[in-house]
Amino acid sequence: MKQYIIKQYYGDYGEGKNGAADISTSGSSKQEWPLWEVFIRSKQGLDHKHVGSLHAADAQMAIENARDVYTRRNEGISIWVVESKYIHASNPDEADALYDPANDKAYRHPTFYDLPDELTHI
Amino acid sequence: MNQSLIDYTLHLADNALIIGHRNSEWCGHGPVLEQDIAISNIALDFIGQARNFYQYASELSGNNTTEDSLAFLRDVSEFKNVLITELPNGDWAQTTLRQFLFSTYQYYFYQQLQNSTDTRLAAIAAKSLKEVTYHLRWSSEWVIRLGDGTEESKQRLLTAVDELWNFTGELFLPAGYETALLQENMGVDLSIIRQQWNQKVQEVFAEATIQIPEKSWAQQGGKTGIHTEHLGYILAEMQFLQRAYPGAEW
Repeated sequence: MKQYIIKQYYGDYGEGKNGAADISTSGSSKQEWPLWEVFIRSKQGLDHKHVGSLHAADAQMAIENARDVYTRRNEGISIWVVESKYIHASNPDEADALYDPANDKAYRHPTFYDLPDELTHI
Repeated sequence: MNQSLIDYTLHLADNALIIGHRNSEWCGHGPVLEQDIAISNIALDFIGQARNFYQYASELSGNNTTEDSLAFLRDVSEFKNVLITELPNGDWAQTTLRQFLFSTYQYYFYQQLQNSTDTRLAAIAAKSLKEVTYHLRWSSEWVIRLGDGTEESKQRLLTAVDELWNFTGELFLPAGYETALLQENMGVDLSIIRQQWNQKVQEVFAEATIQIPEKSWAQQGGKTGIHTEHLGYILAEMQFLQRAYPGAEW
């Protein structure tokens, strides 16, 4: 079953004049911009943290988009972007083999030391 | 003198409010989510600038004038925005080109206004300049991308240049209140801005591989309240609530 969505535009100009329809995600010439992952360093933080992803035509546009999408509420002072295709991820199917073996190895945590009472914040 | 200062401040406020309103029409209709947010951010920047100027104008006017009464209870002929701000958005090329032409103007305008002997205007200018610097960067990027992009994007940009160019001359033709404030070192010298503007537009157009049009006819009137038919529709939408339900609040 086909569904047609007719987008309504505001204003006193026709749809034919509206460029938005063409760069958008409809029609036969549909061409998505590549996906980028965004990392933001906050004022307090030392590290860039992953905050999400977005679409952009190139790195410069990705940084500008990230500024608009992810730092609107004063979240950051530095932005990194990397095209998502360059990120290599571990395979979720191998999770058992990769992570379960660490489950019962409590001795790998430094919890067996007697600490003097005066020592705090540990 | 005081009336000139009020008019000057209202002119700046109206510019910001009307182009802000036009940009806000893209909210929910942007070509992609990221640009939808970008242009909505810019719209909000403008509403913020407009508020600062309206607040100042209302203090200068007295008589229970408020920022809201200035924005919502004046009619077309009292608005002093330049015509280019009230033109319909057209397509993305026309919207981003208008933003570029206007932001270039605002960028040099606020740079000068920072040195105004009127400390309030100078302070608003300094605060707004940071926002405008970003608007200029964002809109230049789009002009270059579209001009130096595909055949269609270039054609759309050229059509936009054709639509908008006649409305750029007005930016540099001083109204009476602008001449008056310049003499008091409170306002800016538009002839200097015109040179800076020409140079910047030339640079970006060159990068976008398009030409500056030859035509030099300047459609004017906005600064003194003579507007295109479009402003009435904007005000009808923007002012409806306050007109129908006076004093309504959130």
